[in-house]
Amino acid sequence: MPMEVPLISLAINQTAIVRHFIGGQHFQHKLRMMGIREGKVIKLLALQPLMGPIVIEIDRRELTIGRRMANHIIVETTR
Amino acid sequence: MKKIVLMGNPNVGKSVVFSRLTGARVISSNYPGSTVDFAKGRMHIRGHEAEIIDAPGTYSLQASNKAEEVAARVLDQADLVINVVDATNLERNLFLTLELIETGKPVVVALNIWDEAVRSGIEIDYPALEEELGVPVIPVVALSGEGIRELVQRMDEVSSSPARPPVSDEEKWIRIGSVTREIQTIRHRHPTLRDRISLASIVPITGVPIAIGVILLAFFTVRIIGETMIQFIFDPIFDLYLPFVTALGNWLGPGILQEVLIGRLIDGEIDYVQSLGILTTGLYVPLGMVLPYIISFYFTLSILEDSGYLPRLATLADSVFHRLGMHGYGIVPLFLGMGCNVPGALATRCLDTRKQRFISATLLAIAVPCMAQLAMIFGVLGPFGLMYILMVIATLFIVYIAGGLVLARFVKGESYEICLEIPPYRMPDPGIIAKKTWMRVRGFLGEAIPYLFAGILLVNILYATGFLDWIGNLFAPVTAGLFGLPKEATTALLMGFLRKDLAVGMLIPLGMAPLQLVIAVTVLTIYFPCVATFAVLVRELGSIDMLKSTAVMVATALIVGTAMRVILLGV
Ligand SMILES: Nc1nc2c(ncn2[C@@H]2O[C@H](COP(=O)(O)OP(=O)(O)O)[C@@H](O)[C@H]2O)c(=O)[nH]1
Ligand SMILES: [Mg+2]
Repeated sequence: MPMEVPLISLAINQTAIVRHFIGGQHFQHKLRMMGIREGKVIKLLALQPLMGPIVIEIDRRELTIGRRMANHIIVETTR
Repeated sequence: MKKIVLMGNPNVGKSVVFSRLTGARVISSNYPGSTVDFAKGRMHIRGHEAEIIDAPGTYSLQASNKAEEVAARVLDQADLVINVVDATNLERNLFLTLELIETGKPVVVALNIWDEAVRSGIEIDYPALEEELGVPVIPVVALSGEGIRELVQRMDEVSSSPARPPVSDEEKWIRIGSVTREIQTIRHRHPTLRDRISLASIVPITGVPIAIGVILLAFFTVRIIGETMIQFIFDPIFDLYLPFVTALGNWLGPGILQEVLIGRLIDGEIDYVQSLGILTTGLYVPLGMVLPYIISFYFTLSILEDSGYLPRLATLADSVFHRLGMHGYGIVPLFLGMGCNVPGALATRCLDTRKQRFISATLLAIAVPCMAQLAMIFGVLGPFGLMYILMVIATLFIVYIAGGLVLARFVKGESYEICLEIPPYRMPDPGIIAKKTWMRVRGFLGEAIPYLFAGILLVNILYATGFLDWIGNLFAPVTAGLFGLPKEATTALLMGFLRKDLAVGMLIPLGMAPLQLVIAVTVLTIYFPCVATFAVLVRELGSIDMLKSTAVMVATALIVGTAMRVILLGV
């Protein structure tokens, strides 16, 4: 059953598909410019401790983003 | 004169293309956002001279930060645009390409980092891309120069066209999606060793030990190279120089001129460290003691930068630095500042907002001793035992963290979350490393040496005229009352504004107890940066923010000094 969850709740090494963003135009634009776009396959690579940032892989690129941002990216898991 | 502008996302090799086209030396680094100022140069095309500008990296023309605003402004003046595109990241790069074509300016696309694309199994049908976009697309390997000649040739083909009606972002992405599907094939490949190392260095369990190892190794390298250079190059040069200044001193004879130029004689001889003359200590400390470490420091840093490690370090450091009101890149000024506070102060530019830069600069000035200062701290406290040195370091560390927590709360302004791209690891190019090290050393010579020199001159004059002692008396109540130090230490503390390292040395003859020395050395580090750093910070922060920052420094010194007296001396 597909399920929509915030990116931050993925398990490490789990993949999902980017569905939509919660936030203003500016925020959405910024994400898309970094390569995080609707329909892309995204993989959670690492969570930094102490509520630090997360590292994701998208299109064979690694990106570091803050937790708040990750909370506002909604992805669809396949399980 | 015709203006050619290089536009592209951050970290796509614009600066390398720029140096290829102009022969000029610009700094290229393997991390996004390293070019904030733009570089200008000249090149010849078919006998005509053209101006060429390396714009800051931008993801799109809808500017969302300072660098992108600059890029958009630079674009306005362009007669021709070279759009540098990262072939390993085509899809994302094409957005800017479409925007550029939309403006109607003549555009040529340089499909750079072609070598890496080929190696990692990415195939791009560039003639088809050219057809699709309607502008020349030339595969380029800027590092080796492959394709650059063709790029220049084909700049003649393009001419400006009327601006096209802009298409919405949405439609652009859809078009990009279908174009890339058509012209790009990505062969699946198994994770390489490089991928595995990359992953290991960002996952906390392995990443943190690796980070500590890299930092220790970096410091070790800096020391070894610095010491070797001193032993085999710098000291021999100053040994050769000694007879000349000695002769000059004898010729001048005792008097104010000798005092200022040569300084005091220690046991009847010139002592490069303690004589304090302009032609002795004034030359020896900056050139003979600090410069070798600066060279080895920049060399090491350039390797770290070009290998692509810094964004990974920033990722790991962010957990801590975000709480201190900065983000992960805040570790760069801290790290650099331990070499010399001047480049550290310049590196605060890698942070995004005014608030972040203010905090980073203030903490740097307060709690980060430079190499010269560290050496003196070891020299003064070392004889009493390692414990006393650790006390100083631990206090500074606590001050850095506590200061950051407090400033993060009370400084107004934004502190954005970290958001960065991690570039692939790359083998640093020896030529580029050498160039970069040289450019930075030259920058240091220009930025710091004049101030160091002026500092010594000023100190000599103030000292010789007794002015320093007079001021010293004025502040003596603070030194004695708050910090529990002898009154005479005040002069040394004041001297610290000009030369921290020398000031530490001036504490030696006062015969203080080790714990008093600990307090004096710590306060000396905290209350002000040296005059060279101060000058750079005024320029970086502006005079108003620098005034605020100075207030924070003085307040911190008073609080920490007093607290240490109570804790260490128990009075
Ligand atoms: N493999 C490869 N690396 C390149 C090439 N061009 C640039 N680089 C590297 O890409 C990184 C970014 O280059 P830089 O010129 O600083 O990018 P800028 O931010 O666009 O100015 C540096 O580490 C360069 O050495 C290329 O053609 N091939
Ligand atoms: Mg650049």
